[in-house]
This record gives sequence, C-alpha cells and structure tokens, in this order.
Amino acid sequence: MARVKEKAIRWTLAALAFSSLIFLVGIIIVLFKEGLPIFKAVRPGDFIFGKFWYPTYDPPEFGIFPLIMASMWVTLGALCVCVPLGVGSALYLNEIAGFKQRSLLKPAVEVLASIPSVVYGFFGMVVVAPFVQNLLKLDTGLCALTASIILGVMATPTVCSIAEDALNCVPNSFREASFAVGANRWQTLTQVVIPAAGSGISTAVILGISRAIGETMTVLMVAGGSAVIPKSFLDPVRPMTSAIAAEMGEAPVGGLHYHSLFAIALILFIVTFVFNIIAELVSRKFRIRLGQSG
Amino acid sequence: MPDNAKMKAEKVDFFYGPRHALKGIDLDICENRVTAIIGPSGCGKSTFIRLLNRMNELIPNTILKGKISLDGRDIFDPSVDPVEIRRRVGMVFQKPNPFPKSIFENIAYGLKVNGVSSRKIIEERVVKSLQEAALWHEIKDRINDNALKLSGGQQQRLCIARCLAVEPEVILFDEPCASLDPVSTQKIEELILQLKKDYTIAIVTHNMQQAARVSDYTGFFLLGELIEFDRTQRIFTAPSDKRTEDYVTGRFG
Ligand SMILES: Nc1ncnc2c1ncn2[C@@H]1O[C@H](COP(=O)(O)OP(=O)(O)OP(=O)(O)O)[C@@H](O)[C@H]1O
Ligand SMILES: [Mg+2]
Repeated sequence: MARVKEKAIRWTLAALAFSSLIFLVGIIIVLFKEGLPIFKAVRPGDFIFGKFWYPTYDPPEFGIFPLIMASMWVTLGALCVCVPLGVGSALYLNEIAGFKQRSLLKPAVEVLASIPSVVYGFFGMVVVAPFVQNLLKLDTGLCALTASIILGVMATPTVCSIAEDALNCVPNSFREASFAVGANRWQTLTQVVIPAAGSGISTAVILGISRAIGETMTVLMVAGGSAVIPKSFLDPVRPMTSAIAAEMGEAPVGGLHYHSLFAIALILFIVTFVFNIIAELVSRKFRIRLGQSG
Repeated sequence: MPDNAKMKAEKVDFFYGPRHALKGIDLDICENRVTAIIGPSGCGKSTFIRLLNRMNELIPNTILKGKISLDGRDIFDPSVDPVEIRRRVGMVFQKPNPFPKSIFENIAYGLKVNGVSSRKIIEERVVKSLQEAALWHEIKDRINDNALKLSGGQQQRLCIARCLAVEPEVILFDEPCASLDPVSTQKIEELILQLKKDYTIAIVTHNMQQAARVSDYTGFFLLGELIEFDRTQRIFTAPSDKRTEDYVTGRFG
C-alpha cells in the first residue's frame, strides 16, 4: 500500500513539473497557428519593415516597423536607467554598504520588484508624465522618455539582484589578494571584482532587457500610443506589447488584424526567448570560469 | 637578541565582536629572519599575522588594542595609509588565490595599482619576480595563459611572485603549503630560505618540521595567547614552558 502511495506521489509531482513544459509547448503552438496566417496576406519582409501600421483602414496596412522601433527606443531608454541604477546599487549593496544599510536597502529593492505594473503605470501617468511635460514643454508627457524611465525603474530590481548574485560569487580571496598588493578599494572593485563578475553582470543586463521588452501594462499607460516611427524620445510611441494589448479587444477573431497581432506576439516571444538563452549561456560560462559547477 | 626588530607587536589585544581572539601579544619580527607562528587550530595565528598588514580591518566589528610598529612607526596611526602598509608588508595566503587573469597580468596588477605605468619596467619586474619565485623556467612560454590553468603548487609560487613584484619589505605567509603536495612544499620552503636574504618573513604553519626547517624564531600560540617566543632551536630542543613542549613533541593539539 505504501508503495502505491509513494508511486502516486511521484507521478503527481512529475505531472505538475511537466505541466509547465506542456503550457510552454501549448503557447508556442497557438502563437504559430494564429500568427503565421498573416504571412499569407502580407509578405514577412513587408510585415516587419513596413512603415505603416493601419490595421483598421480600408485597405489595411500591416507594417509593424513603427512598433518595433518603439519597442527598441523604449527598451534602450529603459536600459540607460536600469543599468546604472541596478548595477550601481548591486555594487553598493555588496561591496560598500555596512550591515545596517544592507538590511534596509535590500528589502527596499525587493519591494520595488513586487509592485504591480499597473501601479507603476498609474504613477507614470499621474506623476512622471506631467513632470516631463512641464519640464520639457511638451504637448504630452506620455512619450518614449516617460515610458523608458518607468520601465527602467521597474527593471532595476531584476538587474540589481542578479548582479548582486554575481558579485557574491566572486570569492573573497580575490579581494584579499588585491588588497594585499596595495590596491585600494576602488582599484579592487574596478579591476578585480567587476571583471570577475563581468559575465554575471551581463546576464543581469540581458535579463533586464528582456524584462523591459516584454512589459505591457506600463507602456500601454504611459508611452502615448502613437503608431508612428519615433523621431525622438519625446514622441508618443506604441511598442509591440501595447499594440497587442490595446488592439486585441477590437480585432475580429480570425481576421487579418487578429492574425497580425499574434504574429507580433510570436516575434516578441522569439526575441525574449533568444535573450534568455544568451543570458543562460553567458552565466554558465561565468560559473565555469570561476571554477564552480552546477 | 642581536637581531634587529623590523616589526614589533606590543600588548596587542584583538576582538571579533565579543570574541577575544588575541590576548596581550608581545612579539618581534626580526629583519632578514624567518619567524614561524605555530599553535593549534583557532588559536589566533592567522588573526595575528593579518594584523601585521592591516588585513583584519576589512572585517566589520573588530577592535584592536595595543601597538604594532614597522621600522618603529605605529602602523595603525591615523596618519598612516593602510594601502601603503600593505604594499610594504606583502601576504601569501593559505589557498593559492591568483586572479582569473593571465600569468603576466596577475603579477603586473600589483605594479599597475601602485602607479608603475612603463611597459618596460613592468615586463622586467614580472620576469624578475617569476625568477625569484622559482617559477620562470616552468612557465616562460605561456606567460599569457590564464593563471587558473597552473597546478596548485605553481599557483602558489605565482602568488609569491605577485607579492614580490611590488617589492615589499616584509612577507607574511599564512600556511602557504597547506594545500600543496610534498614536492611543491619543498620548493616553497627552499624559496623561503632563499628569500630571507632580502626580505623579512613571518610564516604560520601547522607543520612542526616545516617550522624547524625554515625558521629562525618561533612563537607558540595557544587560545589567543603567546605562550613562548624564542629562537627556533630552543623552542624545539629546550622549551621553557611545558605546554610548548607538549605541542612540539606532538603530545597535544
Ligand atoms: N572573521 C571572523 N569573525 C569572527 N571570529 C573569527 C573570524 N576569524 C577568526 N575568528 C575566530 O578567532 C579565533 C582565531 O582564529 P584564527 O583564524 O586566527 O585561528 P588560526 O590559529 O589561524 O586557526 P587555523 O590554524 O585553523 O587557521 C577563532 O576562534 C576563530 O573562530
Ligand atoms: Mg589560520
């Protein structure tokens, strides 16, 4: 009887573990099945590089280049915020802060990670956007810059905690060796610790990117929503995620618009997937180089 | 003692938070001599030698009382830069700890951080210190290889070379052979005997024979106290304290 019970537990746990794989496969299948039909109507090159996104016009145009550019601008801007903030705070937390400061700051970073994105979006609309608008005398504060700032802050905890893990993995003996030949703190940090943690820090940045690219609710609320190729950070933009979220409700099921949104989702999925694989490869190399396994 | 004290510890007490790790230590490290520190595990040997190059102050919540001087100058005086002390008092650790950089870069690092920028001088000193550390002929063809590819014994000699490159006056060894095989150990011991012509050396060791072979003076630590300090020969042949005798003859610890 005990045997049977043990087996049952085993199988249940295995089924639970495999279910995430099943979900993944299911999602991929749906993305391909619903996304690929658009390419019967629009050539892949025209879809990706087409300059006009007029899905509801007659005749419609399905060029997602403005959306791709919007995603890239916003992500790039977010990187400019989350890399210095995230890596900088990881360095401070791990290398400089005393015990008391760390025990205050670390939970603060963790709480930042747990705030729902709609709250970030709300904060962006009500506080950051008017501020940017007044500061730069714009027609609207809902633009790529505002989205970048908010997204950057949102991605900071991810970057910070992964970078901190990487710094933690640098053996203390490296720091001691550096101090013992008469290096100061700054030299030890920049010439020994950061290079040794280098690929771990790159992993942090890559995962920060994929966090920023995939974020939806916030950009929907603060990016401005205009599907035109952006000329500057101050233009309102419509990144890929917010196009999907904003338009899915009004796109007739099975129509070209519907399929094109799935195709955007498919592209997004591939991009974040590639980033995550790169991050994994880089961090694996990092572990090998520091002589750890697993 | 006729020898000249290069470093002097006077009434040194040291605390890790509430833990009293060293109690009233008085000990001289004599110039161009090898001073061995022996004692059972946890008695404060590492703590003591890490005070000599101000390494312990990197650990939070520690307290030091008493005085340690180098050439008569208090190394903990507020006007003294710890970076300067660590350059003059080098250290080789128990586990070889080369940087994950090339052999060349490992040694050049100490020179660069100390403001040497001439490529020519750096190259000369790298070669010179590798020769001094008796490693040059083994690795001269692969000076740009990653240092982590070397064997443990070679890594430890590389660490010694890295330490020598910045031309310290005193070298502290904390159980330098603890993770090495007998052949590598012998090489390091020969090296230490070689180095004492030009440097002042302190070495922590668990190995009685090693202390007897390489050192001129020996200090025996027990539970944070310095039980006995004398010429090595006396410590091993006619110690004045019963506990020292028990320890060096292997009857305890
Ligand atoms: N960073 C630290 N924080 C708190 N206590 C410490 C720390 N380092 C050492 N100690 C304590 O101080 C005492 C002396 O330690 P130390 O490392 O100097 O001993 P040791 O003689 O070098 O021992 P071993 O031969 O095992 O290396 C021990 O009781 C140890 O637990
Ligand atoms: Mg020790």
